Amino acid sequence: MLKYLFAKNEDIPTGTAAVFFGFSSIVWFVIGTGLGSFNAAKLAFPDFVMGNEFLAFGHLRQVHVHAVIFGWISMAFAMAMMYITPALGNTKLWSEKLGVWNCFLWNVGLSLGLTVLWAGITSGREYSDFPWFIDLYIALFIAIPLSLNVWMTVITRRTQGIYTTNWFFVGACFMLIIVFLIGNLPEFFHLTGLTEAYLTWWFAHNVLGLWITPVAAAIAYYTIPKVTGNPLYSHRIGHLHFWSVVVFYSTPAAHHLMSAPLPEWLKSFASVEGVLILVPAVAFVSNILLTMQGKWNMFVENLEIRFTITGCLLAIPLNMQGGFQQTRAINWYVHGTGWIVAHAHLALLGFSTFLEGAAVYLGLQTLMKRKLYSLTLGNVHFWLLLIGFAIYWISMTIAGLIQGAGKIYEVPYIDVVIAEHPYMIARWIGGTMVFISNVVWLYNMWMTAREGTVVPAGRMPHELAYER
Amino acid sequence: MNFREYKVGARLFSFALGSSMVITLLFPAMEMGAAVATDIALDKQLSAGRETGFNYDDPLMLGWGKPSKVLVSADPVSGQPIPATYAYVYPAGTPFPSGILHPRTLGSAGAGLSEKVGRVGEAQKKSGAVFLIKSDEQKHFYIENATATLGWAPDAVLKAALDENVAHVGAGKTQFVREGCWWCHTLLPEQTQDWQVFGAPPMLGDFNGESPTAFGSDRKAPDLLHVASRNSSKEWMMLHFFNPRLVQPHSIMPRYDYLWGEKDATGAKIDFNKWRAEYTEYSEGKRADAPEVPSFAKDSRIRDLVDFMLSLK
Repeated sequence: MLKYLFAKNEDIPTGTAAVFFGFSSIVWFVIGTGLGSFNAAKLAFPDFVMGNEFLAFGHLRQVHVHAVIFGWISMAFAMAMMYITPALGNTKLWSEKLGVWNCFLWNVGLSLGLTVLWAGITSGREYSDFPWFIDLYIALFIAIPLSLNVWMTVITRRTQGIYTTNWFFVGACFMLIIVFLIGNLPEFFHLTGLTEAYLTWWFAHNVLGLWITPVAAAIAYYTIPKVTGNPLYSHRIGHLHFWSVVVFYSTPAAHHLMSAPLPEWLKSFASVEGVLILVPAVAFVSNILLTMQGKWNMFVENLEIRFTITGCLLAIPLNMQGGFQQTRAINWYVHGTGWIVAHAHLALLGFSTFLEGAAVYLGLQTLMKRKLYSLTLGNVHFWLLLIGFAIYWISMTIAGLIQGAGKIYEVPYIDVVIAEHPYMIARWIGGTMVFISNVVWLYNMWMTAREGTVVPAGRMPHELAYER
Repeated sequence: MNFREYKVGARLFSFALGSSMVITLLFPAMEMGAAVATDIALDKQLSAGRETGFNYDDPLMLGWGKPSKVLVSADPVSGQPIPATYAYVYPAGTPFPSGILHPRTLGSAGAGLSEKVGRVGEAQKKSGAVFLIKSDEQKHFYIENATATLGWAPDAVLKAALDENVAHVGAGKTQFVREGCWWCHTLLPEQTQDWQVFGAPPMLGDFNGESPTAFGSDRKAPDLLHVASRNSSKEWMMLHFFNPRLVQPHSIMPRYDYLWGEKDATGAKIDFNKWRAEYTEYSEGKRADAPEVPSFAKDSRIRDLVDFMLSLK
C-alpha cells in the first residue's frame, strides 16, 4: 500500500483502493467480532480476565461497537463505492490515489480513535463516543475524501442517467457529512443538558438511518441485477425507497428517548414517523425479491446471491421490530432491555453485514480477477455467520423479554440477572461462532488473492466453476 | 457535468432534508433551550463542573480540574455555626460550568436572579469561587457566588471542612463515564413503570448544564439516578466495587479493584494477587471468610466514584 501513496495517479492499477478497503474491512471485522466475543464472555462469566483496566468490559464495549461500525461496515461501504460507482458510470474512479490515501488515513484514524476509546477517553455520548478531535478527523480525512471521490466519479461518468445504487451513494455520502458535523455539535460547542442528550440520539439514529441502511440497500441494488443478470424489478419503487428514506428515516430520532422528558409533541411525531420507516423497508425488500424472479436457484447455488438475499430477508423482521417497538404501546415494555441489543445486531450483523459481505466477496474477486479460493470455506463462513448470529439474536430477544417482564412486574433486579444468565452464555457462543467465521473468511480471501483461479478478461467470477 | 437532469431532484433533496432538520432539530432545540433549570439541575452542574467527558482540562479523564461539593455547617469566615448547607467549591483555575459562563442557559428567572442577586458574573476562574444554590420566595432557584456575596474563599472553605464532608462528585462522574458504568447502569428511571423501584423520573429542567448526560440505553443492571436514596452505605459501596460477588453472589458486574491504585488508606501496598487467591479459596469453600477489602486512599479514583454514587439521591 505504501508504495502507491506516493505514486502517480495513473500508475496506480484500477481497483487498488477498493482492494485495500476490502481487506481492511475484513481485518476490522475480525477484530471487532473478536472483541464482541470477549465482551460477551465477560457478561456470561464476570470474573473472566480481571484486574486490568484495559481488559475491563467498560473499556472494550465501545471499541467493539466502533470497530464494527467504522471499521467493518463503513470500510466495506467504501470498498463497494470505489468499485461499484465507476462500474455503473462506465468510467474509472475519479482519483485512485485519493482512494488509497483515504484508506490509509482511515486505518490510521480509526486505530487512533479506538486506542483513545480503549483508554477510556470518551465524550460519554453513545455512538458518538469519539472525542471531538477524532470526530473532526473522521469528517475531514475519512468522510469528505470518500464523498469527493464518489461525487466526482458520478459527475465524470460516461453514462447519461444515474443508476439507483449511485443516487444512494451520492446522497448517503452527503448525509453522512451533515450528520457527523451536526450530531457532534454538543462536543464542538459544548451544548449541554437535554439538548446534548437529544443530539446524541439524533446522531445515533441518523448515522444508522442515513448512512448504514441506505448504503447497504444500494449495494443490493447492484449485486442482485449484476449477478443474476435480471434487470432491477422497478426503478419507480427504487425512487420511492430513496425519497422515503430521506423524508421518513431522518425524522424519528426522538423515539430513542421515549422515556426521557423530551417535548411530548416531538415524541409523538417521532413515533409516527418511525412507523413510516416501513415504507422504504417494504419498497426495498419487495424490489429486490421481485428482481430475483426466475433466478431463485441462485439463492442456493451462488454465494454472493445467498448473502444478499439472506440480508434482504433479515430486513423483514428488522423493520417489523423497528417500526413498532418504538411506539409508546410497545416501547415501555422493551426499552433498555436486551431486546434492543438483539435488534441492533439484527440491523448491523444481520441485515447490513450480509449485504456488505456479498459486496466484498464479489468486489474482491472481480477486481483481483481471481475466483474465490474455496467454496467450502465460503459455505462455512456463511453458515457459521448465520447460525452464530441467529443464536445471538434469539437468545438476546428472549433475555430482553425477561427483562421487560421483570421491569413492569417490579421483580427484584438480581432475579432478572439470574434468569438471563443462560442467555448470556448462548450469546457468547453465538458471538464466538461469528468471530470464527470471519477468521475463516479472512483466510479464504487471502488465499483467493494468492492462489485463486485467474478470471479471464471479459468474464465475471461467478461464471467460473469453483475448484475447491 | 451531467447533473442538469437531476436539478429538480437535488432541490427536492435539500428541501426534504432541510425541513426534516428544522422540525427535528431547530424546533426541539428552541423548546428545550428555554427550559428553566430546577434545583436538581443546578446541583448536578455545580457539583460535576463544566464537563465530565473528554475536555482540555482533563484530557486523560482522571478527574482533574473538578470542583468539590462540601457540606458546610459553620461560616468559614467568622466560624459562627450556620444551618448545614452544600457549597460547591471551585479552587483557583477550575473551569466553571455552563450556568456560570452563560447564565441564560438557566432559563429566564434563574438567569436574572443568578446575575443580579447571585453575582455570578463576578466569579473569576483565576482566583476560583464558591457557589451556593438559593431560591427566592416564588421558589425560583438560582446560583449565588458566595465568594462575592459572603467573602467565602475556596481555600478557606476546604480548609475548614472535614474530609468526610468533601465529596469529589465531578471527578467521580468522570470515572463513571471513563470506566463505562453507563454501559449497564442507566441514569434515567423511565416514565412508565419503574419509578416505583428506581425513583422519580427526571423532569424537563433537570439537566440544564449537564454534559454528558450519560443516560445509558442498555440496562443490564439497576438504574442509579437515585441509588443513594436506596443505599447510602459507604462500606457496602466499597465492598461492592472491589468485588461485587462479596455482597451480591449473583452479580455479573466486573470487579473495579484496579481503581484502588497501588496503596490503601494506610499507605501500605495492596497485594491484589494474594487477595484474589484468597478469594478464590473462599469461593471454593476452602476458607471460612472472604479476605478483608482494603480501605481506599483519599486520593484514589474509587473514592471519587463512591462520592459520586453517594451524591445520587
